[in-house]
Amino acid sequence: MQGNRACALAALHAGMRFFAGYPITPSSEIADFLAAELPRCGGSFIQMEDEIASMGAVIGASLAGVKAMTATSGPGFSLKQELIGYAALCEIPCVIVNVQRGGPSTGLPTSPAQADVMQSKWGSHGDYPMVVLCPSSVAETYELTINAFNLSEMLRTPVVLLSDEIVGHLYEKITLPGEPDIVLTERKLPGPCPAGKYHPYDTDSMSDVPVIPNVGTGFHCHITGLIHDGAGFPTRDPAEVTSLLERLHSKIESRKRSICLVERREVDDARVVLCSFGASVRSCFQVVREGRSQGLEIGGINLKTVWPFPDFVFKELPANVETVLVCEMNRGQLKGEVERVSCGRYRVVGLNKCSGTMITPQEIESALEGLL
Amino acid sequence: MLRLDRLPHIWCPGCGNGIVTQAFLRAVHKRKMDTDKLVVVSGIGCSSRVVEFLDFDTVHTAHGRAIPFATGMKIANPDLNVVILAGDGDIAAIGGNHFIHGARRNIDLTVIIFNNFNYGMTGGQYSPLTVYGERAATAPYGMVETPFDMCELAKGAGATFVARSTTWHASDLTGLIDRALQHRGFSVVEVVTGCHVNYGKLNGRETPVKMLRWQRDHGVPVDKYHQLSEEDKVGMFPIGVLYHFTRPEYTHEYGKITGR
Repeated sequence: MQGNRACALAALHAGMRFFAGYPITPSSEIADFLAAELPRCGGSFIQMEDEIASMGAVIGASLAGVKAMTATSGPGFSLKQELIGYAALCEIPCVIVNVQRGGPSTGLPTSPAQADVMQSKWGSHGDYPMVVLCPSSVAETYELTINAFNLSEMLRTPVVLLSDEIVGHLYEKITLPGEPDIVLTERKLPGPCPAGKYHPYDTDSMSDVPVIPNVGTGFHCHITGLIHDGAGFPTRDPAEVTSLLERLHSKIESRKRSICLVERREVDDARVVLCSFGASVRSCFQVVREGRSQGLEIGGINLKTVWPFPDFVFKELPANVETVLVCEMNRGQLKGEVERVSCGRYRVVGLNKCSGTMITPQEIESALEGLL
Repeated sequence: MLRLDRLPHIWCPGCGNGIVTQAFLRAVHKRKMDTDKLVVVSGIGCSSRVVEFLDFDTVHTAHGRAIPFATGMKIANPDLNVVILAGDGDIAAIGGNHFIHGARRNIDLTVIIFNNFNYGMTGGQYSPLTVYGERAATAPYGMVETPFDMCELAKGAGATFVARSTTWHASDLTGLIDRALQHRGFSVVEVVTGCHVNYGKLNGRETPVKMLRWQRDHGVPVDKYHQLSEEDKVGMFPIGVLYHFTRPEYTHEYGKITGR
């Protein structure tokens, strides 16, 4: 199965019943597949007039209570950013797939890159939290797409599936779980409509996820991209402004350990750890496998979650780790994060490539020379 | 139908937005609409803030994006009645692309345009509907661009119910909005409304009364308008139902595929 197909299929299995998109490679196969399959599942597909409109339609569908997704790449992801910020602030669940291609601008259609790590976190204006998952294989694409919907519904926040051209276009055999094995999380909805006013954004604690009714269910709530109070109406009260922004971050930060999916291989006694995400993980793990068979003390880390950044993984690395080699198809976006949390306990070195071609195991082996 | 606890509203004294809002609410009342199934969606600008004061499900979206949000909602739940309240800058400039494509799809949405010819919230800059030759904060020497005729644009793009009125013709307006709400398809009601504070003061109409008189003197019932000579039509605009047509509605067509 192809990576993009696995994403689309997983979305259907996760209960996604609304997709809006705009044609762009290398994500096109997701829309193509869903245009055919969604009507068969009682869902809806629409190709909107532009990338912004497709993001807007996804948010609208989610407000109406339907799990919704869009898929895009490079320039399309840039265009969607304002509304991703809207979904984050208004706490509207949705999934955005970005099958990364080389940038900036029109860049490299359609060659791989992993240069949207920072954009996926900081792409919209203002301080807002993001959850971003990165698959490194077709099987992981399936797994993480399901996770993306679950996290999005549970946390009421937009979740980005940050794939890349290699993983999106990769064909691999995967074993699909049987229906009973797919665990789904649904958004919490309020009980019967109360007689008085319902305050959709009121929560008991700072880390709580608000319980917001879907439109058309009698609650007469107000949703706004203005900073709002517990009742959902605009406020400029400094305490209320602070409280909302704190809670938005806190609901993600307080659950960081469960949101962050990290695969560690041979790290416990390693002197050098190869750290990566997405397609580049494959080359890293091959080098770890082969290196170990030759007696090299190397290990590998696959960050399936890049945001919130799993800083604890790097703070808790064993003392024997001398070097972390961060391999990524960009100019060092993730490396900066690892450096930030390393606190000088080990050396952080980057293997960066921005040529529109993948990082090969040979290139990693060359980079390892002198580190071991 | 009002959230009385949210009042007073944010508009300037003498603003026409209240008249449009009232006409809309009268139409909802007259139509006996199920207000639990009514969602009112807006963009950004003075008039878009109206949703805050309406006791329905209300969504105040991003600048220009009300129609995409509404499109997603309507497709996800076709039982909803989705109405878009938008200003001229919001719907004709930044949201212009969504407007023509909503019309092209003939999706069952009602768009009520508050056309005050300028961006009031940001201080009276010109919009795509500013009258040629008139002044705005960013057109201090007079508007040199030709404005859109939103009703002609809607018609050309495929909308199936198109009407225009003004805040002077408030009682007619209620009837037009009522018909738009009743219509199954993409319906548009453009309402010429006054912004004496920003736009009027630069164009010799610095009071609400002068704004209303201008509307009275320039809005011509569509039948009479068509009897005018080309010379007499200059500067005037037709009001009433300008276009009414039946063709397949989007969610109905898509429903044929899904079997819903």
